[in-house]
Amino acid sequence: MSGVPDIEIVGSLADLPTSATGARHLVWWGNIGFMLIEGTGFALAAASYLYIMTQAPAWPPRSDALPGLLWSGIFTGLLLLSELPALWVLRCAHAKDARGVRWGSLVMTVFGFALLVPRGFEFAHLGVLWHQDAYGSVVWLLLVLHTTHIVTELGESAVQTAWLFTHQIGDDQFADVDDNGNYWTFVVLIWLPLYALIYWAPRAV
Amino acid sequence: MTPDDALRTRLDEAWRDPPGLWGFLTTVDHKRIAARYIVTALLLMFLAGVLALDMRWQLSVPDNDHMGPQLYDESFSLHGSTMLFLVSVPLMEAMAFWLVPLMLGARNMAFPRLGAFSYWLYLGGVLTLWIGHAMDITPDLGWFEYPPLSGPTYSPGHRADIWAQMITFTEVAALCASVNIVATILKMRPPGMTLARMPVFLWAMLIASIMTSLSMPAIMLVTSMLISDRLVSTHFFSPAGGGDVILFQHLFWFFGHPEVYIIFIPATGFVSSIVEAFSRRPLFGHNVIVLSILSIGALAFGLWVHHMFAVGLPRLGNDFYTAASMAIALPAGLQIFCWIATMWSGRPRLDTPMLWMIAFVATFVIGGLSGVMTASAALDLQLTDTYFVVAHLHYVLIGGALFPLFGAFCYWYPKATGRLMSERWGKVALTGIVGGFNLGFFPMHLLGLMGMPRRVYTYPASMGWEPLNQVATAGSAIAVAGGLVFVANALISYWRGAPSGADPWGGSSLEWATESPPPPWNIAYAPVVHGLTPMWNGSRPLPVMDGLADDHRQVLITSVTDAAPLYRQTSASPSIWPLVAGLAVSAMFIASIFTPWAVPVGTLLIGITLTGWFWPRRPRAKQGPLGTGG
Repeated sequence: MSGVPDIEIVGSLADLPTSATGARHLVWWGNIGFMLIEGTGFALAAASYLYIMTQAPAWPPRSDALPGLLWSGIFTGLLLLSELPALWVLRCAHAKDARGVRWGSLVMTVFGFALLVPRGFEFAHLGVLWHQDAYGSVVWLLLVLHTTHIVTELGESAVQTAWLFTHQIGDDQFADVDDNGNYWTFVVLIWLPLYALIYWAPRAV
Repeated sequence: MTPDDALRTRLDEAWRDPPGLWGFLTTVDHKRIAARYIVTALLLMFLAGVLALDMRWQLSVPDNDHMGPQLYDESFSLHGSTMLFLVSVPLMEAMAFWLVPLMLGARNMAFPRLGAFSYWLYLGGVLTLWIGHAMDITPDLGWFEYPPLSGPTYSPGHRADIWAQMITFTEVAALCASVNIVATILKMRPPGMTLARMPVFLWAMLIASIMTSLSMPAIMLVTSMLISDRLVSTHFFSPAGGGDVILFQHLFWFFGHPEVYIIFIPATGFVSSIVEAFSRRPLFGHNVIVLSILSIGALAFGLWVHHMFAVGLPRLGNDFYTAASMAIALPAGLQIFCWIATMWSGRPRLDTPMLWMIAFVATFVIGGLSGVMTASAALDLQLTDTYFVVAHLHYVLIGGALFPLFGAFCYWYPKATGRLMSERWGKVALTGIVGGFNLGFFPMHLLGLMGMPRRVYTYPASMGWEPLNQVATAGSAIAVAGGLVFVANALISYWRGAPSGADPWGGSSLEWATESPPPPWNIAYAPVVHGLTPMWNGSRPLPVMDGLADDHRQVLITSVTDAAPLYRQTSASPSIWPLVAGLAVSAMFIASIFTPWAVPVGTLLIGITLTGWFWPRRPRAKQGPLGTGG
């Protein structure tokens, strides 16, 4: 072709592996990118909560009840507990243990379904509806956003479990399991400041 | 030694798209995706330009009845929303999509299907706004639709919803694009291209993409809050319910100010590439320019309140944001000095791309200076919402981003098409656009100082604004005529331009190492980089490594800081799923204007399409409870 520079082959990449794990893997960085975006979204939603709180004469407004601690406590406990299988699946993925990632992912999926139960009751015991006032709006915003997270993670774990049980698992799929486990940890960690904000900020002010 | 025919055939076989319409719908070739982004955005730029000309016609004489107030409101809203959300940012992403893999000597983006998905969602945003316009549901509250005006009380109907969902479309597209660009730049650099040896262009795209990731969630959040205020009666922005309209402005500008730099920073990448190539010397102050871009990227997040000086915030806050806004002029100024020093100490060639760079420097400095003026809270209080601000923002965005983009278009056109654009007509277009632009927008500074407010559909003759408005209208018409020459030159050169060869300008970076236009696989071997200007290595051959697969799609993954080869990754093949997923997301976005149930139903639909997208094709399990035995 016209004008393409001459080349000199100075080495070969043929001996490189065709997969990697953890931060060496390309998809790991994509996962981090989306965590950064979602984390920013949560941080800004939390900032909106604090902004509206600083503008309000009383928090929660006098007509609203305090958010219930029972179901949110159960949810938070269960979510923290779900981190154990998530971490175990991560170890299995690194060890390329097919049986471990299959059953571990199944346990994570079961946790995902189980989490929806206390989450449902949490909404019912918030003590306010989204259309009552701005306090209600922003509390519902935070809880809906995090529920989207839980549903997404449940969907991803369920589909992944179905695939893992029915197919031969290659290196790229172990990397996928790794990414899903990391994302689960992200979902758990994000909840802690939100929990403090939704349930304890109204009690602290 | 160049790739032999047998290797080319094998690579063609592995990387080519299916033929015809199916290939068009399923392609994951970054060049094709970028090209359709660019064509779509240029068409929209034309439409927005026509709107601008129509508005200038209206303002050319006092008490004009060419437009009524409603049509004028719709015109500037459509013009601003199109240019900011559907032209400027997508064009910069498109340039990154097109150039980043080529400049890395890579065969595709990190996530090829995500790139296709980005385009389809962007197209969804385009169609939402413009089909809405065709159905007379045109947004009419400007490019930032502040509540309470955009809230349910004062904006019944769906004009504001169309605007808000158009943004959701384009921002999801931009966020996907930014993750793609960051991962590509960090993990797919060629061996030897350490961070310290990375061209400014790639730094600019990296930083702009990280800024996108950190700022665009703000606009998605705030438009979602606006829609929920309108659809399900939340009270985020209704003071009667304890909400606050200023919260909207904070969140909007937390995105909106970085957005200006998300548009400008890629332009600094174009300028650095072009100034280097046409000055025929390595860029003066490479590290200073990179550090300037980094500091602009950081400072850009600390300035948003300067868009809100007039809303009555605490004095100390205003003082802080005045200081921060002025501080950003320092790194911007350092960059300008570095480019001038490169030209000064080089052997400049004044071809069209370089002339665009000179036009950029002159125009952007004027825009920067009027920016320093409006950074002062006291002065801004007088100038805000006048034509001075209209002049300033166009000097910054057109002078600071579109002029470099036009130069970049001329510079990389031969690489994309294999043909040169006409230099003579290129210079005619440049003269028309740059001259017409300055004639059109400089008088607006004076009109603003005379007190002419922005966003008025007409004015009485007694104000004395007519002569300057007529000059402005004449300038706009000249600029648009120049734009038509530019487009005609690009179209005619596509068929009749002189063949360009691989490297018509003697460029310094790796995109010039492959043929023009590049084949679907971009480059046959992975280049090895030893310096900042890998193509300027004397007359020595380009060092490369072989060993990447030629029988299937494979790319090289390297380490983040040192670009040491780590492993070879299979690259995604063409797929219809990005389009199907894009349709599912579009259905949810559009339906959620009308019913909140669109969200759960849409989520399910999207989940199904994403499952199809990511379902790996591998043999069935033999062991385990669901195994097939054997």
